[in-house]
Amino acid sequence: MILIINICKEKLHYYEFIKPIKDILDKNNVDFLIKHYKNIKKEDLQKSDKIIICGTSLMDNEFIKYTNKFNWIKNFNKPVLGICGGMEIIGLAFCGKLKRKTEIGFYEEKFNKQFLGLKNIQKVYHLHNYYINFNNINEFGIFCSSGKISQAVKHNQKQIYGVLFHPEVRQKELITNFLN
Amino acid sequence: MKLGILFSGGKDSTFAMYLAKKEGYKISCLISIFSKNKESFMFHTPSIEMVKEQSKVMEIPLIVVKTKGEKEKELKDLEIAIKKAIKKYKIKGVVTGTIESVYQSTRVQKICNKLNIGCFNPLWQKNQFELLNDLIKNKFEVIISGISAGGFNASWLGRRINKNMINELKNLNNKYRINPAFEGGEAETFVTNCPLFKRKLKIVSFTDFGSENSWGREIKVK
Repeated sequence: MILIINICKEKLHYYEFIKPIKDILDKNNVDFLIKHYKNIKKEDLQKSDKIIICGTSLMDNEFIKYTNKFNWIKNFNKPVLGICGGMEIIGLAFCGKLKRKTEIGFYEEKFNKQFLGLKNIQKVYHLHNYYINFNNINEFGIFCSSGKISQAVKHNQKQIYGVLFHPEVRQKELITNFLN
Repeated sequence: MKLGILFSGGKDSTFAMYLAKKEGYKISCLISIFSKNKESFMFHTPSIEMVKEQSKVMEIPLIVVKTKGEKEKELKDLEIAIKKAIKKYKIKGVVTGTIESVYQSTRVQKICNKLNIGCFNPLWQKNQFELLNDLIKNKFEVIISGISAGGFNASWLGRRINKNMINELKNLNNKYRINPAFEGGEAETFVTNCPLFKRKLKIVSFTDFGSENSWGREIKVK
């Protein structure tokens, strides 16, 4: 069972940031549970095989005030994929610092190493006002970056992945590769 | 939260508004851009002036800004319209009916971010057949007001979206790879009735123009 975590404050953002991920899981006949980050219980984490932390909009950043709700990530040993805001949460859980940088729309990003099936140059969809420089977080390896902005990262020992772009727009295979 | 709807009168912006209302948001105004450029990448053009009638039957005020529709310059006019809505109706966000277009989405997101308001795209990445079926399930009455793609002709104008049409669109999708909900500009639509309307709009007259695979229908409703 996959736990899909919604980090949006605004209910209407469900359709934009959670439903596209849900649709990919539906298409792949994968069981899932959707929960808001404020309502996650220990049992939800225990019964999940993998977790996807979805992104949110440019202005919906309330989750930053509640990073304590994600303290479980550091000691979690099952696969986790953080998308955009979800990647920022992973970085914050590992003591990263949030930096301001707005990127909106299509950007070409170069992958140094294969990352959940992605390699070489990819045209990805960005929608963020913040990022975390994972260069300063020893536990993570960087698979794709533009300057100081880490675009795709993976924990060195665990299957904890983060992408700053939104793979549900043009790289849906990244999500299916994570599921498999 | 008070929201403004980027409103074209077609199925996508109307259904996006329907979802916003269903989720408990206050719809404070409609925002429409009347473009002189019939080839605009950003804005819907056939029968656009009929949004005034749709606004009346929804009892939601309408902000209209006219644009020449020159690429990128038309975005300035969109920004002016959104600023008006912020000032007059104190909106904190706008809703769009964008499904797949990164071109449209990126531009609206940038304007909203600059103006420090939210941007909501509740149809984003939605399966286009799912959208068509949702329209029928939720009692939306939608007609075709323009077509512009191989596989279509003038006979499509004025037809209502129903189960039969969805089956035809499946065939066209298989044959020509068209976007079944017309996200690639294959067709334009007009909503004559939906749960947001206090009463149904009646088509009183229309004029067709075009040739071969590219036709528009200017309708008058009341």
